[in-house]
Amino acid sequence: MHAHCESGATTNLLRHYGVPMTEPLAFGIGAGLFFSHIPFIKVNGVPGTSYRSYPGTIFKTLMKSLHIDYTMQQFGSNEAKGKQALDQLLDQGIPVGMLSGIFYLTYMPEAYRFQFNAHNLVAYGRKEDGTYLISDPTLEGLHEIAPEDMQKARFAKGFPEPKGKLYYITGVPQQLDMEQAIKKGIKKNIWLYTSPPIGIFGNKAIHTLARKIKTYPDKLTDRQAVLYVGNIIRMQEEIGTGGGGFRFLYAAFLQEAAEILGKPELKEFSQRMTAIGDQWRNFAYSAARICKARKSDLVSYNDLSDMLHQIGHDELRLFNELKKVNI
Amino acid sequence: MKTNEVPQDKGNYKNRDQSRKVVYATDEKGEYTTVNSDGWEVEHLATIQAWDQAKLELEEVLDGIRKGALSPLAYFMKKNLMDTGILARHVGKWGWQVKRHLKARVFAGLPESMLQRYATTFNITVADIRNFNPDTAEQH
Repeated sequence: MHAHCESGATTNLLRHYGVPMTEPLAFGIGAGLFFSHIPFIKVNGVPGTSYRSYPGTIFKTLMKSLHIDYTMQQFGSNEAKGKQALDQLLDQGIPVGMLSGIFYLTYMPEAYRFQFNAHNLVAYGRKEDGTYLISDPTLEGLHEIAPEDMQKARFAKGFPEPKGKLYYITGVPQQLDMEQAIKKGIKKNIWLYTSPPIGIFGNKAIHTLARKIKTYPDKLTDRQAVLYVGNIIRMQEEIGTGGGGFRFLYAAFLQEAAEILGKPELKEFSQRMTAIGDQWRNFAYSAARICKARKSDLVSYNDLSDMLHQIGHDELRLFNELKKVNI
Repeated sequence: MKTNEVPQDKGNYKNRDQSRKVVYATDEKGEYTTVNSDGWEVEHLATIQAWDQAKLELEEVLDGIRKGALSPLAYFMKKNLMDTGILARHVGKWGWQVKRHLKARVFAGLPESMLQRYATTFNITVADIRNFNPDTAEQH
């Protein structure tokens, strides 16, 4: 079992081909750490917040960095073609990663089954009656799903739309340069996190959210404000992130990177990232107190805003200093 | 977070307690490891709150149907946790068109073929839509 769906699915696919891979390495080489807050894209009336890079990029970045051949396909609205492609691959014994809408995944506990379309899973086979055999990276054990439900999940609508997206490995080179891939992953993540010039992506988006959250009590009804804050908590903690909005997962990556590259200074960055993960946990804890009390006098929206600004400053400083390390 | 600080709060709602998740934490030597966790009260609170909201919205919609203002489509949309944007993508219409179909008055004039598209989306039959009874409808 893994914490996060995409890095977990990627790890599972690689291990199938005998590539030694851990979830933190997949996440780090895939440059998965991110932040985005997009006030104008709303799902069920709540603005979108994410702690990771866009779905699919972790897998792609990792494959490219390790020079592993892969195929990634989408099928628009051609559901029949999407099913045919999946079935043919599975019948050849090729495990297939897929993007799916969690609402239609009947094997999931109902608690998780909202309209959320950025969930990754791996299908590894098909029974005679067409039932798919599923390894879901965020759950223990193996699962099954009826073909009709799998189709609905693969062609779920909303944001993002999976459009039947599937991905699989087609060729693994004899030699894998893990060190080079780790270095590339760190550099790419620094760039990804620090460079976006607009305030909805990367580091600036944390400060955008910090400014917005301050205005919630004035601009929103009590009910809305609490739902907005609750959604941030869910994106940070409920959706498989390994805790602290993927910050602990990235800290685990930096620790592994320190050992593999023989750069003990990265261990210090790992510890600092752990401390930032703890700050995110404190933020979620305080945010939950507001949700619980509704009109809270214990913690105010201003306090939440200050916490976010502080986290934003600390993360930017960490990445800027990481840039200076000669890896 | 240290391994001994990883919360193990069980969530007793909608089968949440049937699954555990992986959390990354540091052991006594400061090395990263994974811990299987039942969950954290903070996340449970946020998730339960989201379900309560869904429940509330479904009740509001049922009320609207009883009053004759809303169509059964509004119920099935909310029951499937969709909004008009998502539903519109499913049935191949614009959001504003779907919004109109949620009104009882407009719904009454919808052709069978349009109802069939909605029925397919919701995985039910046209009869289920036509014979909808708000008083026996399933809640969240």
